[in-house]
Amino acid sequence: MAEIKLASLAHSYQTSPSAPEDYAIRQMDHVWEQGGAYALLGPSGCGKSTLLNIISGLLIPSSGHVLFDGKEVNHLSPAERNVAQVFQFPVVYDTMTVYDNLAFPLRNLGKDKATIDKRVREIAAALELDSDLLRKANNLSADDKQKVSMGRGLVRDEVSAILLDEPLTVIDPSLKWKLRRQLKRLHQQFDITMVLVTHDQLEASTFADKIALMYQGQIVQNGTPQELFEQPAHTFVGYFIGSPGMNFIEVSLHDGCACFAGLSVPVEPATYDLAVNLGSSNMKLGIRPEFVRLHEQSQAGALDTLVTNIEDLGSYKIVTVEVAGQPIKARIEEDDWVPTGRVYLSFPLPWLKLYADEYLVKAV
Amino acid sequence: MIVKIKNQKALWLILPVFVLVAFSSLIPLMTIVNYSIQDIFDVNNAYYVGTDWFREVLADPRLRDSLVRQFGFSASVLLIEIPLGIGVALMMPKSGRLASLCLVVLAVPLLIPWNVVGTIWQIYGRADIGLMGSALTSMGFDYNYASDPVDAWLTVLVMDVWHWTSLVALLCFSGLRAIPAAYYQAAQIDRASGWSVFRYIQLPKLKNVLVIAILLRFMDSFMIYAEPFVLTGGGPGNSTTFLSQTLTKMAIGQFDLGPAAAFSLIYFLIILAVSYVFFTTITQMDKER
Repeated sequence: MAEIKLASLAHSYQTSPSAPEDYAIRQMDHVWEQGGAYALLGPSGCGKSTLLNIISGLLIPSSGHVLFDGKEVNHLSPAERNVAQVFQFPVVYDTMTVYDNLAFPLRNLGKDKATIDKRVREIAAALELDSDLLRKANNLSADDKQKVSMGRGLVRDEVSAILLDEPLTVIDPSLKWKLRRQLKRLHQQFDITMVLVTHDQLEASTFADKIALMYQGQIVQNGTPQELFEQPAHTFVGYFIGSPGMNFIEVSLHDGCACFAGLSVPVEPATYDLAVNLGSSNMKLGIRPEFVRLHEQSQAGALDTLVTNIEDLGSYKIVTVEVAGQPIKARIEEDDWVPTGRVYLSFPLPWLKLYADEYLVKAV
Repeated sequence: MIVKIKNQKALWLILPVFVLVAFSSLIPLMTIVNYSIQDIFDVNNAYYVGTDWFREVLADPRLRDSLVRQFGFSASVLLIEIPLGIGVALMMPKSGRLASLCLVVLAVPLLIPWNVVGTIWQIYGRADIGLMGSALTSMGFDYNYASDPVDAWLTVLVMDVWHWTSLVALLCFSGLRAIPAAYYQAAQIDRASGWSVFRYIQLPKLKNVLVIAILLRFMDSFMIYAEPFVLTGGGPGNSTTFLSQTLTKMAIGQFDLGPAAAFSLIYFLIILAVSYVFFTTITQMDKER
C-alpha cells in the first residue's frame, strides 16, 4: 500500500528526443494517494499504458522520478515495487488450471498452502470463477480468461498498488458492468490504491473517485467526474467527456462580451478581465449541450438561430442549430418541447466557459 | 420450389493433381503391394504367395537388428536435437543484425545435400587429414569411425545433430518470437522465475512448432540413408546399417523384390503408425476439460 508520486516525469521511446511530439509522456507531476480508486482516462495513443508501465516498473522513464511513499523506485523491478498489473488482453498460463493460475503469484511469494487456498477461493468467488477452478485455463472463453487474468492481479493482498490496463475492453458488455461493480467492491474491501486505465468515460466515472484525463502525453485535468464534467480545464476535456462533447466557438473579446460573427455573448466580468490580461489570440467559448437553453420566443440576449438537425437518442434528443455558420448542439430531454425551424438560444452564465490557448480561464 | 442447379465442372480442375499423385505415389505403391504378395519372375510367371514374404521378413534377424538400430538412432536424434534446438533458439538474440546473422549461419547446414554432408564428415573424422579425427587422436583418444562401432555410431549421430538441429532451432525461434510481450510482463509482475517462464509460457507456446519439429525429425531420421551410407557404408560390420540401407541392399543388391516389397510396406506402416499415435495423443491432450 503506497502513495504513488510522479515528479517531473517524462518518457520518450526515441533515443534522442528533441520536439515535444517525440515524447510519449511529457514532463508531469502527479500524485495518487494511498487507498484511492483512480482512473486514467484518455483516447488511444495518449500515453496511458506507457504511464502505467512506468509506474509498475516494466518501463524505465527517460527522466524524472517515480516515488512510492516518498521513496524513489525508478530502478526497482516490478517485483521489488510489489505492484500487481492486469493487462488489456488476457494473459493466462495455458497449461495450468484456473486454480493454479490464481495461486501462481502467491506460490512465487512462498505463501503457505492454507493462505493460498483461502485467498484463491475468495477471489474466485468474487469473479464468479468458483465452478471453473479445476478447468484448464486454455479451454476457457475469452471472457473467463480475462477474469483469470484479473484474478491473478487481485489475488495478492499486500501489494503497493493494483494497476489495471483497460482490463474490461475484451469483456462482453453485460458482464462488463458486473465486473466493474466487483472491482469497486474489491477496492473498498482491501483498501489498496488502484489505478484503472480506460478510454471509456463511463467506466472511469463508475469506478474512480478521481479521474486523470490524459491528452498527448500529459494529464490535462485531474478531478472528480463531476469536476471534469462541469469545469473542464482544457478544451479536450470538454470534448472528450460528455456525449456529445462541449460546444466550442472561436471568439474575440470586446466590451465585456465574447464576440463572433457580429454577435456578442456576455461573460462573467472577473473571467473577462482575466482573459483580456492573458492577451491570447486563441480564445474559445465553451458550453456543454446539456446547459444550452432553447426558447420558442425571442428573448433579451438570446441568439436567433435555425435548427439544422435533430437526433433522437431514445431518452433524450440532440438538437443541432446553426449560429453564423457555427454548429451548436443542445441536449433536450424526452418530453421537452421539440423546436423546428427558428429557435432562440441562450447560454446560462455559470456554465459558459472561456478558454485561452485551449486552457480554461478561471477566476478564483 | 428452389431448383438447385448442379454444376460440378470444377471437379475437372483437380484432375491434374489426381493424375500426378496417381503416377508419383498411388501406382508405385500399388506395384509394391503387388510385389509383396506374389513371387514374380517375369511378366508371365507370377505366383500368388499370400503372406509368405511378410512372415519371412519379420523372421529375418538382419532386418530385425536394423529395425532396433533404427529406433535407437531416431530416439537418440530426437532426444538430442529437440532440447538442443530449443536451447539454441532461447539463446539467440531476439532482433537486430546479430539475429539475422544467427539465422543465416543456422540455415547453412540445411542447405547442404545429404551425400555431401556424409563426405564432409567422412573427411572431417579421418585421423590423417581430418580436423576432428586428427585433433581427437592427438589428444590421445583412440578414435576411428571406420573400425570402432561405437565411434562410428557416435559420428553418425553427431553428423545428424550438426545437420538438423538448425531446423528445430529455426522453428522454435519463430515460435518464441510469436509470444506477445504481455506474457513476459505478466510473468514479471507475478514474480515468476526464469524456469517458470520457460515451463509455463515458452514451452506451452512452443508446443505446436515442436509437434511439427518432432514429426519431421522422426520421419527424416527414420528414413536416413545417404549420410551413413557415404560416411561408413553401414559399417563397421553392420553397426551403422539402418533400415533403408538394409532394404536397398535386399531390393537392388540381391534383387529379392518380394521380401523387399513386403518390408517396405511394413516400414511405411511403422512411420505412419508412430506419427499418427504421437499426433493424436498430443491433440487429445488439449481437449481434456
